[in-house]
Amino acid sequence: MNWIAIGTLSDIPRRGARCVATPEGKIAVFRTVDDQVYAIDDHCPHKGGPLSQGIVHGAAVTCPLHNWVISLETGKALGADEGVVRTIPVRIDGERLFIALEALASRAA
Amino acid sequence: MTEKLVIIGNGMAPGRMLEHLLEKAPDRYQVTIFNAEPRVNYDRIMLSPVLSGEKDYEEIIIHGDGWYIKHGITLYKGHKIVAIDRQAKTVTSDHGVTEPYDKLVIATGSVPFIIPVPGHNLPGVLTYRDLDDVRAMMLAAQSRAKAVVIGGGLLGLEAAAGLNAQGMDVTVLHVMPTLMERQLDPAAGYLLQRAVEERGIKVITKANTQAITGNGKVEQVELADGTVIPATLVVMAVGIRPNAALAKEAGIAVNRGIVVDAGMRSNDPDIFALGECAEVNGMVYGLVAPLYEMARVAASQLVGDEAAAFVHSDTPTKLKVTGIELFSLGDFAEGEDRQEIVLRDAAAGVYKRLVLKDDRIIGTVLYGETADGAWFNDLKKKQTDISEMRDTLIFGQSYQGGAPLDPMAAVAALPDDAEICGCNGVCKGKITGAITAKSLTSLDDVRAHTKASASCGSCTGLVEKLMVLTLGDTYNPAAVQPMCTCTTFGHDEVRRLIKAKSLKTIPAVMQELEWKTSCGCAKCRPALNYYLVCDWPNDYADDYQSRFINERVHANIQKDGTYSVVPRMWGGVTSASELRAIADVVDKFEIPMVKVTGGQRIDMLGIRKEDLPGVWADLGQAGFVSGHAYAKGLRTVKTCVGSDWCRFGTQDSTGLGIRIEKFMWGSWTPAKVKMAVSGCPRNCAEATCKDVGVICVDSGYEIHFAGAAGLDIKGTEVLGLVRTEDEALEHIVALTQMYREQGRYLERIYKWAKRIGIPEIKGQIMDDGEKRKAYYERFVFSQKFAQVDPWSERVSGKDKHEFRPMASVGFAEAAE
Repeated sequence: MNWIAIGTLSDIPRRGARCVATPEGKIAVFRTVDDQVYAIDDHCPHKGGPLSQGIVHGAAVTCPLHNWVISLETGKALGADEGVVRTIPVRIDGERLFIALEALASRAA
Repeated sequence: MTEKLVIIGNGMAPGRMLEHLLEKAPDRYQVTIFNAEPRVNYDRIMLSPVLSGEKDYEEIIIHGDGWYIKHGITLYKGHKIVAIDRQAKTVTSDHGVTEPYDKLVIATGSVPFIIPVPGHNLPGVLTYRDLDDVRAMMLAAQSRAKAVVIGGGLLGLEAAAGLNAQGMDVTVLHVMPTLMERQLDPAAGYLLQRAVEERGIKVITKANTQAITGNGKVEQVELADGTVIPATLVVMAVGIRPNAALAKEAGIAVNRGIVVDAGMRSNDPDIFALGECAEVNGMVYGLVAPLYEMARVAASQLVGDEAAAFVHSDTPTKLKVTGIELFSLGDFAEGEDRQEIVLRDAAAGVYKRLVLKDDRIIGTVLYGETADGAWFNDLKKKQTDISEMRDTLIFGQSYQGGAPLDPMAAVAALPDDAEICGCNGVCKGKITGAITAKSLTSLDDVRAHTKASASCGSCTGLVEKLMVLTLGDTYNPAAVQPMCTCTTFGHDEVRRLIKAKSLKTIPAVMQELEWKTSCGCAKCRPALNYYLVCDWPNDYADDYQSRFINERVHANIQKDGTYSVVPRMWGGVTSASELRAIADVVDKFEIPMVKVTGGQRIDMLGIRKEDLPGVWADLGQAGFVSGHAYAKGLRTVKTCVGSDWCRFGTQDSTGLGIRIEKFMWGSWTPAKVKMAVSGCPRNCAEATCKDVGVICVDSGYEIHFAGAAGLDIKGTEVLGLVRTEDEALEHIVALTQMYREQGRYLERIYKWAKRIGIPEIKGQIMDDGEKRKAYYERFVFSQKFAQVDPWSERVSGKDKHEFRPMASVGFAEAAE
């Protein structure tokens, strides 16, 4: 895998998210209350809401537009809603964070 | 490509059809609804409890606005379709909207019969069909005057009971010899009349209305026998007829209603009709169960199941008047080949009659004691041979096979396929199955999953008994609704415990109150954050990550992920330099839309998140601060120009509005708070539909509160009259603080006031000077920590991570 450095753990607030800009759109990188880090497309499967702007609880985020709850682990909508958003592999090396480039390249191709 | 489905009408039948359709094929159609009523889909059967004051409009909403948004359905509220063009396949509304369709569903319902007697069009003559009628009746009832209800059927009696409950002196006129003669035999009709009269409602049977008279409005009703009844309100509830005029004009086959086949299809294969406007096999229907059956059939047909067909079945009738138990089903006319079993208990006011043919039940009338209705209905439906139990049949299910059983046991003894909810055709097995399979624990859950008791609600008792039987003692019907699934505590309990246990952080609340999740959810966290901000203004550190995005970035998120920004314009007053500054910002940041808001301010829409700090910096230079248009907090104080300019103004309403806004801005509240100050009772600032409003009068300031003009429309309540501006401010601040301390998160002032009671609020704020002072001082103390302009903080660098990406990757590769 080709890992790309995106910054450090402390760049992201606990129970919060930051965005990584890519040519194909934004990726939302989340940090949970127990310092797990997840990356998914910043695009709710429902109406395209920016998931990075939602409230993070456990390993899930609630979309700010219509309150869909998306699992950060699987990218799937939880509860009665159905839909899925792409997940991107994340590696934590000490403080430093990386995401997998292959995923980006394959999508660009 | 998805096909276009257009629905004309937004009553219960098309609403149910959409539910089925979304279940079967959520993406098959792009749906557009035209509703002549300016609102969402609500439970019309429950209008009677709304009229009697037992329920609120919001309690009877079936699909709120969110439901339409969630399912991508376009709903035109207040649009009446005036033409269907079958060649072009379009419909056109009275507001000029034209919409093409691939499939069209007509669900225009029914229109009430108006007896064409002289005076039938006088002001004060109403019908009883929709929420507007109910609101008009409730308004008329405020006069506590006399009302006449023409029609002694189901609707007429419910209207009469409702108006009576609202304090009116009501007379029911019925043209037939006994009440509800189509559903009740004369004996039961007599008992019903007695019960109605015991409530103080007068009943005149064989009453032939000849004229309604009055000078410019209703004053009296005259009968053919010369009787004259004074009245200020006349409600016509003599029946309905299918509303098929639109279909007829479009050349669709219409008889009594729009003629459809068993698949609900009209003679135009792309046009369906359902509900009260449809005629199937020569029959038209008005009760909800067959209408829901039509909805099921139409949805199946729309997804291509051509075998789906409507089958007629008898529906039991129940009267929704509290305290009157009445059940009627099937055919109960006398006949040579029929036998009957009758039980009368005059002292207890009980009458039961079963009509039998060939040892099978074909009709049932129960009055005063209706618990066995479901069982008789079941026997009738299954055509059970009752000869074995004939001697005890009339005593009900409890008496079959030995010792009498308690009511719980009677429910337990019902077979799984016994129908519990007649409106929605839900049987016992489906309810108990859903409770077990889906671990349902509340009545609301059971309603959501099975629809049982979700329409007229008369089987709620049975459903609750089934819940007790299935769940045992763990089901407590009176249990408090928990805040969310993370806890068993309700909002009020959590607020009380936060104070009692001095809990001052979200983790402390979750630990002490044994939250079931590690860090809550998007429902409880913002609520807890507010409660802690409100209760510990100096100790609590606001939890940024527990706020909705709008309150985190101090702007309003829009559907495309951009934001809108509204600076404060104190009291709605602005100046040339402020407007110039706004114009410069709009140019500099290429803001695509500038709009004047309803709260007398200017909204700039379509701003990129990265640009927000820049926009705020420039606005700040011109002296602007955040308008908190995104906050559960003080929004605007709308004003009129008052005594400074207006020839009618009695006080300086603009000045008072600005003073209130400058005093109270920045405070967080359970839900948004909008205020207004009008300089005279002409009320140009529309203060009487606000959360808090002031009407200036010569003698001082009349303070109003608990109005609403959003999902609900509600005029304000009067808190009281004070003499000076200082007093006005003190009372308004104290009222707001009381609401801040007691309101549940997202509960607007009018809902809080309804829950607490208006007299309680008046007592504490108007009559108890000490309490008022204490509230006022607590508000003033909390403002010390709240009045910080969030925009200037962020311009100075606070939360700067919010406004830029943490990294940009892949751009170099893309360029190569």
